[in-house]
Amino acid sequence: MEAQHEHQFKVIGTRPIRHDGVDKVTGRARYGADITLPGLLHGKVLRSPRPHARIKSIETSEAQALPGVKAVVTGADFPEIEPGMLQIGENFVNPRHLAANIMARDKVLYDGHAVAAVAATSPHVAEEALKLIRVEYEPLPFVQNVLEAMRDNAVILHPDLRTAGVDAGDDTETNIANHIQFSRGDLAAGFAAAEMVIEREFDTSMVHQGYIEPHNAVAQYNQDDKATVWVSTQGPFAVRELCGTMLQINPGDIKVVPAEIGGGFGGKTTVYLEPVALLLSKLTGRPVKMVMSRSEVLRATGPTPGSHIRAKIGVNLEGKITAAELQLSFEAGAFPGSPVAAGCMTVLAPYDLENFQIDGYDVVLNKPKTCAYRAPGATNPALAAETILDEMAERLGLDPLEIRRINGAKEGTAQPAGPQFKRIGYLETVEAIHNSEHYQSPPPQSANGKLRGRGVATGFWFNAAFQSSATVSINTDGSANVVTGSPDIGGSRASCAMIAAEVLGLRSEDMHPVVADTESIGHTDTTGGSRVTFATGLAVYEAAQDAVGQLKQRAATVWKVKPEDVTYQDGVLSCLTNGHESLSLKEIAPKFPRAGGPVMGRASVRPRGVGPAFAAHVVDVEIDPETGKVDILRYTAAQDVGKAVHPSYVEGQIQGGVAQGVGWALNEEYFYAEDGTMRNTGFLDYRMPTCLDLPMIETILVEVANPGHPIGIRGVGEVPIIPPPAAIANAIYRATGVRMTELPMSPARVAKAILEKNGA
Amino acid sequence: MHELNYEAPTSLDQAISVLAAAGENGRMLAGGTDLIIQMRAGVRQPGQVIDAKKIPELQALSFDAQNGLQLGAARACCDIIADATVQQHYPGLVEAAGLIGSDQILARASVGGNVCNGSPAADTTPALIALGAVCHIAGPNGTREVAAEDFVTAPGQTVLAPNELLVAFQIPAPQGQASDCYQRFIPRNEMDIAVVGVGSCVALDGDTCTAARIGLGAVAARPLLAKEAGDSLVGKTLDDAAIEAAAQLAQQAASPISDMRGTAEFRTHLVGVLTRRTLKEAAARARAR
Repeated sequence: MEAQHEHQFKVIGTRPIRHDGVDKVTGRARYGADITLPGLLHGKVLRSPRPHARIKSIETSEAQALPGVKAVVTGADFPEIEPGMLQIGENFVNPRHLAANIMARDKVLYDGHAVAAVAATSPHVAEEALKLIRVEYEPLPFVQNVLEAMRDNAVILHPDLRTAGVDAGDDTETNIANHIQFSRGDLAAGFAAAEMVIEREFDTSMVHQGYIEPHNAVAQYNQDDKATVWVSTQGPFAVRELCGTMLQINPGDIKVVPAEIGGGFGGKTTVYLEPVALLLSKLTGRPVKMVMSRSEVLRATGPTPGSHIRAKIGVNLEGKITAAELQLSFEAGAFPGSPVAAGCMTVLAPYDLENFQIDGYDVVLNKPKTCAYRAPGATNPALAAETILDEMAERLGLDPLEIRRINGAKEGTAQPAGPQFKRIGYLETVEAIHNSEHYQSPPPQSANGKLRGRGVATGFWFNAAFQSSATVSINTDGSANVVTGSPDIGGSRASCAMIAAEVLGLRSEDMHPVVADTESIGHTDTTGGSRVTFATGLAVYEAAQDAVGQLKQRAATVWKVKPEDVTYQDGVLSCLTNGHESLSLKEIAPKFPRAGGPVMGRASVRPRGVGPAFAAHVVDVEIDPETGKVDILRYTAAQDVGKAVHPSYVEGQIQGGVAQGVGWALNEEYFYAEDGTMRNTGFLDYRMPTCLDLPMIETILVEVANPGHPIGIRGVGEVPIIPPPAAIANAIYRATGVRMTELPMSPARVAKAILEKNGA
Repeated sequence: MHELNYEAPTSLDQAISVLAAAGENGRMLAGGTDLIIQMRAGVRQPGQVIDAKKIPELQALSFDAQNGLQLGAARACCDIIADATVQQHYPGLVEAAGLIGSDQILARASVGGNVCNGSPAADTTPALIALGAVCHIAGPNGTREVAAEDFVTAPGQTVLAPNELLVAFQIPAPQGQASDCYQRFIPRNEMDIAVVGVGSCVALDGDTCTAARIGLGAVAARPLLAKEAGDSLVGKTLDDAAIEAAAQLAQQAASPISDMRGTAEFRTHLVGVLTRRTLKEAAARARAR
């Protein structure tokens, strides 16, 4: 594919107002919870107050009898689902596990696990009804620590679970669902060649995406066994597929209408409420709306795993890594499926390595089933690798960016997972941070009892492709509708519209981008994997080109020439023969009825030329050594973004990723009491950073075009969350002399570490 | 579904009779920034809500050198922190009242509501304890007075009988070179709840401390007066050694628990840090008077 990135763009790279902006700032945008229908019922879920228990009985008659209650369901009301493996975009789902997560069958496996649901005439009646449901539990011992869950005599969650992967074939009960391994070269020889070997263990806490909008679903199940679901989701086609499987109906009989979405970050890529609302609607014959509370979101939707990481890295005197050995143990939650494989594949990807072995363990325990969260799996082990490299640089007397340069991956470097990188921008990104005003400014000096320091870290994340469809139709006024099936969680309506405008030679404002329902556009995989502007953008690019081809045909018909004799530029069709006539889109659109009909370009893609992304961050911190509180003074993030279609939204993605990474680094954690229940089920005690906890995050866009994309686009949304915890840990070290190995680096932990270092 | 009655009496007598009629079922509502949340969460389910904001005595905000500050229990925090007299004489109270929430919350929330909510972590209670505030309580049998440190008895519980209400705080006027300071520790910079809060108030005669009171929040089942810590400073110069000794006594007075907001060890450590910091700041303010 010939890259166009040398071309001068007219629309791409500019900063028009987003098409969905006015609706959002005026409150007109319709989110999932805004949907209402005639005869609407309200559904609520009863959740387990125990981390692990056998359900002996559920008595629902009292709840059923409450006036206003129209239906009560438990796990027994859902179809029995056979085990198997469904691929939904980048996720593999065992439908039996999914079914048991949506509504517990014989056992509850975590605090918050759904055990029953009610549909009633008002949310209040539904809540009252929940109190009337009697569940008899037989409490079981539980396990919530990943290392304890891996032990031979651990409490077992699933008696039928056996370890897959490297250790497959062992027929003993286990919580280790998978053991994967990536290796190359000769580890022993690599460590023998090392001048310095650092080995450390790290722990990171389970954290949630923290999207502002809670999960929701409105379902209407009709008498003809066809159904509609309105829902805030990243993957309407996945919702259709999963709901069909859960209820054993044809997915094509379910129409999924994606509502506006108030944040997803990977967390809205599966189903929780949708099948329940569908079943309640089927039983009552009325539409059913379900909206989670924040507490339900935190207790029962998928966070990203906590983890234990052991890392051993060897380096020679020149700073070249000679060997690396890592073990990543990830909390999958109550069912298998943590992103540990992605963690293994990304953790050392910024580096050119000869000898390594990375082992990953996917471990079930009595916490909620994890789901994707922005660069899933990559942030946890980056804390390990990026802080050890910092320590090595310091001990070798190297600038911490220099050790990245010495080892940095470039075109042709083999990734830990195997494939060779095509043209990438890691070294350019490191260079951009090195040359930044921030990095070149003097490091912050401690003063007034506050300790200050500067840290850096880098990161790698993939770019997913999967499948996308798009149509680009020309309206009678010469404007165009750009229809895709990709919910917009990061400004992708604007980027898709701008790509179409670029091809059509029109303004961004002439485009009408639409996120269509599952019956109005071809199959499109979930928004995720930093794929939408890359892959759906490619579909839009090709659909717009298809439209241009049709426009040339229409003009050729009007002018009675061959299509090859027509050119198209800047929204104007010109004839190379026949008197050099020209027509603007606005002029030709009314002629379509007599020139071959409407113009509708279309394309469906399954792209190959993915463009992975690299990030390099620098942060200045200030620490109160008496309280352990860490403040972020200044933060600059450089990233190889390929081609920034709308630079403001690329910068916004970077800033958002950094903000989440700062929260993960400093205060966010799932806090479980000794009885196994989650204690911090609200935003008061699940501490995400507020705007007062963050400086303006500075961004540097490095544009190393992706050679596999006609515009040079790479995925940009996920990689910025990876470096912050390591960069902040490194800055804390430079300020205090203390190496933090546990997330979050909360005030209590930092204060304790400083006190211990000072011998107190 | 619960039935809920709302009344907004315009006199103290009216309020007392509504409260008496409601019995255990009644609950005073000031700004509602705690009560409404608790009702939504099902923590409290009163059948009779009595709005305190239209009762004149509960809106008092007046100062004289003899009696000090008369502060109505329902007076909104935003008025208190904006008041020049309060700022001059009770900077620690201004600090505490200003921490209760965002500007929007401060426009509703009151110091009386903050104290009556009975949270061990309430910001204004340690500040009031340090200032030696007296709580004026009214009920069907007349009025009574309770020291600020005795008002809260356990998490969510106070000395108020179901038929009583908090009318006002009377806060002594600072005598000579005296001032106060309140600081809390939170992991974030805002929108958070105290891991530990400490209010200190000191009076000086030249370099000598003539009186000192230290109030502690979030380190026991109720806000505390660290009496021995304050008393230890009387007659002393407020140098590092004296302040350190007082901080250690304050730490001994604390009996914190470990929870999601902090371990007992960390909280005890913070009591020392914040006692030192608030004493130094209160002393500096006192010297500047």
